[in-house]
Amino acid sequence: MIELYLFLAFMIIAAFIATEIKDLLAAVISLGAVGFAVAIMFILVQAPDLAIVQIVVEVVTIVIFVAVIFRTTHIDETIGKKLTGPHVFSIVSFSFFALLFLIAVINALQELPAFGNATMKVASEYIRLGLPGTGGANLVADVILDFRALDTLGEATVLFTSVIGVVALIRSVGRKK
Amino acid sequence: MIIFLSCIILFLIGLYAIVTKRNLIKIVIGFALIEYAINLLFALVGFRRGMLAPIITRVDMAHKFVDPIPQALVLTAIVIALGTTALMLTVALRIYSRYKTFDIAEIRKLKG
Amino acid sequence: MKGMSLIVRTITTVIIGFIFIYGIYITLHGHLTPGGGFAGGVIVAGALILRILVFGSEPADEKKSEIRTSIFESVGALLFIGIALAGLVIAGTFFLNFLPKGIPFNLLSAGIIPFCNIAIGIKVGAGLFSIFLALAAVKYVVKD
Repeated sequence: MIELYLFLAFMIIAAFIATEIKDLLAAVISLGAVGFAVAIMFILVQAPDLAIVQIVVEVVTIVIFVAVIFRTTHIDETIGKKLTGPHVFSIVSFSFFALLFLIAVINALQELPAFGNATMKVASEYIRLGLPGTGGANLVADVILDFRALDTLGEATVLFTSVIGVVALIRSVGRKK
Repeated sequence: MIIFLSCIILFLIGLYAIVTKRNLIKIVIGFALIEYAINLLFALVGFRRGMLAPIITRVDMAHKFVDPIPQALVLTAIVIALGTTALMLTVALRIYSRYKTFDIAEIRKLKG
Repeated sequence: MKGMSLIVRTITTVIIGFIFIYGIYITLHGHLTPGGGFAGGVIVAGALILRILVFGSEPADEKKSEIRTSIFESVGALLFIGIALAGLVIAGTFFLNFLPKGIPFNLLSAGIIPFCNIAIGIKVGAGLFSIFLALAAVKYVVKD
């Protein structure tokens, strides 16, 4: 599984470029590189449903980002400015927190099953009951639309709310002149 | 273990962008990076070596699948991530139309 | 919004129909193959976005399509809730799979799952397209 590590290294480099580069358009394109690498990794870990959704969503995300940047500015003026007090404080506090977080995460990851050996306590039941219980051959669709359909209803609500938020915020700008 | 830690490092890069960057678009990019890291971590935790994608193609096939539950959770999370990103970008656009800058330090100074 | 050059327009005329059909196919076969309402809805929204980006649009048309997408999104949400409530009314459980299961691996099988997929596909597609219309297409220039 060496290719997974290669993709992860590529993603970390691209993510770092996305946060540090001065041109915002280049930052968004680096973000797109991270997203498509995620899609390829979904295929490698046997999740074709996720790969399809991730590829299409990534395209739409980049279109929305570029639309906003075209309407405003594509230069990040904050890169290369002199460091001020609050900025230095934020960097110091971030490093402190990141260290604590890494220690906690390394302790927590000991509890997880090793990579490639998922335990499947609940999932084995879903897989056994999937085809006889619901009749659907795609087990992911069975889980999101039959066993855990309330979860999907909540997701639909969140999406609806965010669409309403976007449309309402843009409208009030347009009316103000 | 190393592969999970790499996901956590990706998460930390996103957090770094959120906490220390002063440009609003960079902060939204940080949120997007965190979403990718978490989605990827879920999909990796559910992986089993040598198993197939969770789609039944014959009635009598042996049930050797990867874990479908993390995939189902992440499937909804990806679309939600797009919605929240769009909402954050709208707020950033609105702030830019009022203050003519994405710099949060400048915005704090201007005050209305 | 302004359109793009002749080469892009010609190629888009050829492929945009296929993108639509692929989105609808992914939505309808969500219970048999990878995909489903989320993926299909986003693909259909992507085709609509491609049409606006390539061929351009007038502000009046955008106003009309904004109204239409909001109607479609509400219809999708109501269909999804309606399917859930139908389970409650017919058999007494919210989101119960009350339809017959059918023969496995047929298009009309798996009870309510294909109908839920269609509802989610309509909702997600219309929602993302209206986000795009609001952020990118509607005539609104940043000025003071």
